[in-house]
Amino acid sequence: MSTSTFGPGTFQPGTLPRAALRAEDVAAAPPLPDVLPPVKPRHGFLGFLRRNPTIAIGGGLMILILAMAVLAPLLWTVDPTALAPARRTREPSAMYWFGTDMLGRDVYSRVLYGARVSLIVGFAVAFFSSVIGLTIGLTSGFVRWADAIIMRIMDGLMSIPSILLAIALMALTRGSVGNVILAITIAEVPRVSRLVRGVVLSLREQPYVDAAVASGTSTPRIIVRHILPNTLAPLTVQATYICASAMIAESILSFIGAGTPPIIPSWGNIMAEGRALWQVKPYIVFFPAIFLSLTVLAVNLLGDGLRDWLDPRMAKKV
Amino acid sequence: MFAYTLRRIVATIPVMAVVALFVFSLLYISPGDPAAVIAGDQATPADVERIRASLGLDRPYLVRFAEWAWNIMRGDLGTSIFTNLPVSTMIAQRIQPTLSLMVITLILAIGIAVPMGVIAAWKQGTWIDRLVMGFAVLGFSVPVFVVGYVLAYVFALELDWLPVQGYTPIERGVWPWLQNLILPSVALGGVYIALIARITRATMLEVLQQDYIRTARAKGVGQPGILFLHALKNAAVPIVTVIGIGVALLIGGAVVTESVFAIPGLGRLTVDAILRRDYPVIQGVILLFSFTYVLVNLVIDLLYTLFDPRIRY
Repeated sequence: MSTSTFGPGTFQPGTLPRAALRAEDVAAAPPLPDVLPPVKPRHGFLGFLRRNPTIAIGGGLMILILAMAVLAPLLWTVDPTALAPARRTREPSAMYWFGTDMLGRDVYSRVLYGARVSLIVGFAVAFFSSVIGLTIGLTSGFVRWADAIIMRIMDGLMSIPSILLAIALMALTRGSVGNVILAITIAEVPRVSRLVRGVVLSLREQPYVDAAVASGTSTPRIIVRHILPNTLAPLTVQATYICASAMIAESILSFIGAGTPPIIPSWGNIMAEGRALWQVKPYIVFFPAIFLSLTVLAVNLLGDGLRDWLDPRMAKKV
Repeated sequence: MFAYTLRRIVATIPVMAVVALFVFSLLYISPGDPAAVIAGDQATPADVERIRASLGLDRPYLVRFAEWAWNIMRGDLGTSIFTNLPVSTMIAQRIQPTLSLMVITLILAIGIAVPMGVIAAWKQGTWIDRLVMGFAVLGFSVPVFVVGYVLAYVFALELDWLPVQGYTPIERGVWPWLQNLILPSVALGGVYIALIARITRATMLEVLQQDYIRTARAKGVGQPGILFLHALKNAAVPIVTVIGIGVALLIGGAVVTESVFAIPGLGRLTVDAILRRDYPVIQGVILLFSFTYVLVNLVIDLLYTLFDPRIRY
């Protein structure tokens, strides 16, 4: 025990020359207390959902509604257009879960089938307006002489409130799901074009685009390799929001009688038909209203989640 | 400043021209032949041709557009196919309810949304903030007629506090007028409140990190003073801009709100005109709404200097 003089309690400041400190005499530092729990990176799909609860909730709800729309015939529904004057305006019961409307049609079946129209319109408008808006935005961002003309037209179209624009277009044609999609798409295209053009103009100033130009890359190749991939993130987020607003627009058009034809059950149509009776039979209006709100909420949550995930800098702000 | 104002006003001309061209084309390509309608069932094709020529419908597209635009500028919006009344008269009869609804909604929305956004930014990350943001997502998701029906059901049918539907002109007293507009305004304001609250919060968060806020705090300015005087003033421009852009939501929403609450305004006029395919009326209303929207945003653009004296043109 040659080191006993250096044990705890025996040490006197200044009594030992510095040279007397030997490596084996110094006790190892005690382990630090676990102030921070060890970071366990969560991998895989479940980890992703845990880190992005908005995507998880929105996506989960969306999958449920999608399943409901696709599987509508299997979910104890009857023919949503079958008339039965003998059992008009029945209150919700074990027999008719959401009651029946003034023509005796089963509201539950109509609401489930109505989901199909909303989802088809939402997805189709989101897809078509993204593709068209991307094309116009890219053209506008790259073709100088076309930019001024295109943007003036887009400004003009954007100054007509989009639902009015869609109403005006629907007034020209007869009501059909295809025409509803077309009308809402035309009303949404200006917004997408503006977004894409803005992104393209800022990307064009990036050093890596300059480098590509300097090394002789052709314009189409620059667009495909350098510009397009960077527009996809904002475009995806925008498409989600467009999907949500298209669903609302479809229901508004159908509600005022300028949308989906009455023979096809859609949430807007069911509400339009229940309107006359809503003070005495509110359930005809409320069930489609709840489903519409939930669906739009799911899509909006998905959009917010995607935005935060794709652009974390934005997450804390908006 | 004068040069800027002039430039800004001139810049709205092409926008309005595009709107006018679009709205005119709507009538131009609309199905149905006015000449055939006027000629009636007994007319020969030659009669129809003669009437078409007398109406000037056989002239080229651009000539007709120029004449139509000239008439619009003189205030002549055409004649309704259905009622045979001038469209401008029909609009004048219906404008008060819509204007009332929009003004009340605007006041209500700004009054609620701005403080909401400010408080959410101040209490960032707390449950108050989350509540406000949650409300904003809901506001974007629940369509205006859904809110309308729920409000009417709860406050008019169940509680019987307010009238269910209808409209009372302001000439018959302010309170009866206001009573009929409360529920529609709240319903219509939902999306608008969500939009303004979200932008207010985002802008305030940014402003609150600025050096001059720290200076104000160091100098002993109280929390309300910092939030509403120092910060909100500097956050005004984006907030005012989004209030202007959001007017489009109000216009679109008014069409539906008026249907839900049976308010005889321009929105009802539009819906009725669509169901009757009364194209001159549809045209007139869309033109009016769009020009109003452009004008509102022009005024807001010009007001920027008022909110932020640093902006110089």
